[in-house]
Amino acid sequence: MLHGTTIFLVSFGYLGLLFAIAYYADKRADAGRTIIASPYIYSLSLAVYATAWTFYGSVGRAASDGIGFLPIYIGPTLMIALWWVVLRKMLRISKQNRITSLADFIASRYGKSALLGGLVTVIAVIGILPYISLQLKAVSNSFTILVQYPQIVMPGEIGTAPMRQDTALWVALILAAFTIAFGTRHLDAAEHHPGLVAAIAFESLVKLLAFLAVGVFVTFGMYDGFGDLFARAAAAPKLLAMMTPFEGVAGSYASWVWLTILSMMAIMFLPRQFQVAVIENVDEKHLNKAIWLFPLYMLAINVFVLPIAFGGLLHFPDGRVDADTFVLTLPMAEKKELLALLVFIGGLSAATGMVIVETIALSTMVCNDLVMPVLLRLHRLRLNERRDLTGLLIGIRRSAIVLILLLGYLYFKLAGEAYALVSIGLISFAAVAQFAPAILGGIFWKGGTRAGALCGLLAGFSVWVYTLFLPALAHSGWLPNGLLEQGPFGIGLLKPLELFGLSGLDEINHAMIWSMIANIGAYVGVSLSVAASADEHRQASLFVDVFRQTGEAGGARFWRGTASVPDLYNLLARFLGSTAANNAFGAYANARGLRWPGEDLIADAELVHYVEVQLAGAIGAASARIMVASVVTEEALTIDEVREILDEASQVVAYSHRLQQKSRELEAATAELREANERLKELDRLKDDFVSTVTHELRTPLTSIRAFTEILLDEPDVELGQRKKFLGIIAKETERLTRLINQVLDLAKIESGKAEWTASAVDMKEVISDTLAAMGQLFAEKNIEFEAQLPEKVSAVTADLDRMIQVMLNLLSNAMKFCDPNAGWIYIALTEMDDHLQIDVRDNGRGIPQEDQATLFSKFRQVGNTLTDKPHGSGLGLHISRQIVEHFGGRMWVESSVGEGACFSFTLPTAATPGKSTA
Amino acid sequence: MSDFESKGQRFVALWMLGMLLLNYPILTLFNVHGALFGVPVLYAYIFIAWAALIGLMALLAESGG
Repeated sequence: MLHGTTIFLVSFGYLGLLFAIAYYADKRADAGRTIIASPYIYSLSLAVYATAWTFYGSVGRAASDGIGFLPIYIGPTLMIALWWVVLRKMLRISKQNRITSLADFIASRYGKSALLGGLVTVIAVIGILPYISLQLKAVSNSFTILVQYPQIVMPGEIGTAPMRQDTALWVALILAAFTIAFGTRHLDAAEHHPGLVAAIAFESLVKLLAFLAVGVFVTFGMYDGFGDLFARAAAAPKLLAMMTPFEGVAGSYASWVWLTILSMMAIMFLPRQFQVAVIENVDEKHLNKAIWLFPLYMLAINVFVLPIAFGGLLHFPDGRVDADTFVLTLPMAEKKELLALLVFIGGLSAATGMVIVETIALSTMVCNDLVMPVLLRLHRLRLNERRDLTGLLIGIRRSAIVLILLLGYLYFKLAGEAYALVSIGLISFAAVAQFAPAILGGIFWKGGTRAGALCGLLAGFSVWVYTLFLPALAHSGWLPNGLLEQGPFGIGLLKPLELFGLSGLDEINHAMIWSMIANIGAYVGVSLSVAASADEHRQASLFVDVFRQTGEAGGARFWRGTASVPDLYNLLARFLGSTAANNAFGAYANARGLRWPGEDLIADAELVHYVEVQLAGAIGAASARIMVASVVTEEALTIDEVREILDEASQVVAYSHRLQQKSRELEAATAELREANERLKELDRLKDDFVSTVTHELRTPLTSIRAFTEILLDEPDVELGQRKKFLGIIAKETERLTRLINQVLDLAKIESGKAEWTASAVDMKEVISDTLAAMGQLFAEKNIEFEAQLPEKVSAVTADLDRMIQVMLNLLSNAMKFCDPNAGWIYIALTEMDDHLQIDVRDNGRGIPQEDQATLFSKFRQVGNTLTDKPHGSGLGLHISRQIVEHFGGRMWVESSVGEGACFSFTLPTAATPGKSTA
Repeated sequence: MSDFESKGQRFVALWMLGMLLLNYPILTLFNVHGALFGVPVLYAYIFIAWAALIGLMALLAESGG
């Protein structure tokens, strides 16, 4: 049996456990070892989105129109796909400007406008009331139903109605106390609540597990899996129709599309989502995981919604049991006490998580953006005398929490009866969607102005009140029903649910269409027609260009005036307490290598800005602005000056881009230069080698010439025969010298590009025949056999005839020098290929080792050991030959292996045009 | 920065894909009687498309940049 006392005790035990988790997380955070710096905790805390609406209401919605509950989760999934673009920007802006709430964000964007912050706060509080009442209704209903166990009795059927109303009031009061204990124990300049985040993450786990447990129980316990359940449902015509919901039932495509859009905005602009996603975020990188983990969570918690809805409809066919309670009543009907209790705790998790975070976010807004700006203006002098305002701040927040929850209870009593859970929640979604133009426009469009945002919000919110809020009260009998049916004063065109005659839509679609037209129209229209102030220009630039700012100093350049360090310190100490103020000043001094306390700090623009930002963390941007202005003498910047600064800033950015560009170009140029330098060094080395080799080559013949001439000079009696022999050697060496010098000159000419080339059509067959004829005598003298394989006719090549002869002579004389000394054999072949001729000169000498082949064509390279073997030439011939062949577009190479002789080959392209080939 | 920008553009493209798949008129194609793995076709389609979208978001979010 489940007694009221048992349920009560278990609930309190659960809340106590939450409190313990929060306490532990806070202690750890204070000790600098926070447990919430994890993307998983961050993702789970985002799931505060899933409230009692999700836990109880989704099934209720599914039971009425099939898939109508899904856009509420698909919309956010789609929005999250844009988080990388949108939320990342909001995170960066909020960190740099110490944003403490949604109202603070909007106020700060539009020139730190206190009026705008106040308006946003009012809209948020009124807009969220239905949502809070939904949670109260869900918790008190589930409690009331569970207490009746094992009977299943709907709350409306219980005779003792006052007792039930009291349940909701008690729930509200308990949650208020709990929220106060959670969120306002102390004041944090950054509005971080590590304990709260840890507890919310835990609640997200509990509600998911509880819901999955019911889902599994219904699908696999009461039925035989998905197939069985859906098959039985399909047998009932009414349920079958829900499986193709777009045809008949209330749901239509328009409603699907609008709910998707509405939820996309809700996930960004619900105050509690802004709180967990932006304010409580500790690391931008956590987004990477949250972007898919949070949608996955939403998918998981929705998998069993339809099975539970169908299971409930099949189990309670008479419609006596409210579909919003199926999650709880199904386990009760099956006599599963513990599961029912678990469900109750899951629903409690969902509701408390929402209420706690939402009221903390709202209370921060009420305190910072509504009450403080008014108090500071009204009693400015008296407040300035107070030494410590932290107590006042906390007091305001606590009162705000209690007030908000009591208002939620009031709404529940006034209007909560007439609507299902989801319908109540959607009214709140439509309210927060009004923030979308001001925020999205604010972070992507510099042209949005304070006046535009004010008008847009006012217009959108007014339409919301008229088309959703008033009808909700009218439905519940608190306003005359004639307002809905005949319109105000009987004017049909102004009927709240069919404004200007627009009919055929459900309430939410209708309200969204008109409120968005009014909101966006006013925002854009007024922004474009009213000039912005200097403050607005500055803030617009800080927000829209946030990724171009560096550090918090971004705002400092806009300030000019005089201040004193003690004044600034005292100001901070009044709101944060002296310890926190000391820490803040210490951190500021440390970062700049200065001492605090001491005389080092100067009250310059940077320090003033720093203090303002710190203060904004505690009391909001608008109030911080007022407070800082009270202790410094400010010279207001004119709008032209702000423009000038902004221009400068953008020039600086452009300039730094140009600088980066220049430096990249410089680097490239340096690399090129380095390369060129390497090449030059290499060339220099080659030149040195060349000079020393040439000198060496010149010295050898010179030495022998000199030796023989000295002999002839010193010894006149040398025999004639001997003398002739000596003179012969001298003549030969001189000839060698001349040849060498000619070759060096030749090479120099070729390499410097000064060689004279006469290009004409050359018949290579003729060149080869002529060369062979000239060499024939030499071959015969040395007993060298030669074979030539020449085709009948070959195409002409474009080349220099003399140079071609030079190449052939060089190759033939090389072959002659290196062929077998005893049985010399040389083979010459001329072949015509597709577009070139190939000439091969093969000998039967000892061959060229593989390692020498690569360097063979370099200058002064001779195969063999130059120390032991007598060199057979200058070593320039092959090099020059290759240069010539390459000059005419050919290629020269060698194929050889030791002991097999060598084959030198070269190619020459045949003349491209037929006219030349026959020449 | 350019890596960040291209990642942003991919996310926008993914968003467009999601808007297309989970919206009118693609949904009408599945608004028919019948069952897939025992689950009504429309329900099955929505959950599969949704899961696939989340999978793609995971791949993109966890990729470098």
